[in-house]
Amino acid sequence: MASANPAGKRPLSPHLQIYRPMLTMLMSILHRATGAALYFGTLLVAWWLFAAAAGPEYYDFASGFANSFIGRLILFGYTWSLIHHMLGGLRHFIWDTGRGFDLPTVELLARATIIGSLTLTVLIWVIAYAVRGAF
Amino acid sequence: MVELTLPKNSKISGGKTWNEPEGKGDWREFRVYRWSPDDDENPRVDTYHLNLDECGPMVLDALIKIKNELDSTLTFRRSCREGICGSCAMNIDGTNTLACTRGMSEIKGTVKIYPLPHQPVVKDLVPDLTNFYAQHRSIEPWLQTETTPPPKEWRQSREDREKLDGLYECILCACCSTSCPSYWWNSDRYLGPAALLQAYRWVIDSRDEETGKRLDFLEDPFRLYRCHTILNCAKACPKGLNPAKAIAELKKKTVERRF
Repeated sequence: MASANPAGKRPLSPHLQIYRPMLTMLMSILHRATGAALYFGTLLVAWWLFAAAAGPEYYDFASGFANSFIGRLILFGYTWSLIHHMLGGLRHFIWDTGRGFDLPTVELLARATIIGSLTLTVLIWVIAYAVRGAF
Repeated sequence: MVELTLPKNSKISGGKTWNEPEGKGDWREFRVYRWSPDDDENPRVDTYHLNLDECGPMVLDALIKIKNELDSTLTFRRSCREGICGSCAMNIDGTNTLACTRGMSEIKGTVKIYPLPHQPVVKDLVPDLTNFYAQHRSIEPWLQTETTPPPKEWRQSREDREKLDGLYECILCACCSTSCPSYWWNSDRYLGPAALLQAYRWVIDSRDEETGKRLDFLEDPFRLYRCHTILNCAKACPKGLNPAKAIAELKKKTVERRF
């Protein structure tokens, strides 16, 4: 059929720009983002191990950085990424068995993951501070 | 590939307001995506106002009223007006659904209407679903057997027939596939929720004898495994089906057959 506008010139309908944001979609994005953050976090762990092997002076510098405000902020983010990605992994593990697909359960799992990851992260840091006698 | 923004020719520029509310009544604003192949303009979003006191309850009623009374150039697909043909699938109020079964009372405020997401637009709310149909064809959605056909029909137990419930009801409206971000980025290689739900419908059919061949075709990093369980599909399906669950069962099948 003749057309004034061949198929190649057709516009693409809007997608992310117009789709309603939903918790389940957000959880998928967060799972990806935390997974990517873990690569960065693992590099930090490797750097810390390298510092420990490099001698006391360099180790002091590395742990000094880790103890700084920025350092602690990064470590807090790393803890949350780890816990969130782990809980997300468990959620996907449940789905891999073919369970938990009805919409109320899907919503429940999404909420449990985000609330669980934030709670556990704060708990870990409270315990860490308590062990170091900060309170 | 992931492309978060729209191509240059697809960016939405300002639209036109066709009428203003006049007199008393339950006036609602409608913002509708428009694009015509007959000029060189970018897509736009036009605004219409309707008095819902003088309009049927569904979004499709509103679209038909707009076309009949305000703007006859507005283009959309529709046929059965009762959720069985799948023609009027579009993005309404941010999610994909059928205009004929979505009540306007379910939407707060302005009713925003776009074509199904991330598809080439033929005109206004009409997307080009050629690729979607080709993918459905690729999973060979028909009964395949090798044994000699029985004298009458292929028999099936009640239990085996029940396994098709929640699958055979699919009307191929494309609401699920075009709601899926994975499908947006990889629709050239990922089959998408609708085609995969149909693939599963034939994989678990007790009468079909090509299960192995079907799973061989699906077992691919892209065709099946681009599903990351985002679940937009199950939330969008106007028939209440669950493609995500069907895909999970397919993934299980590809693993289980190794043992």
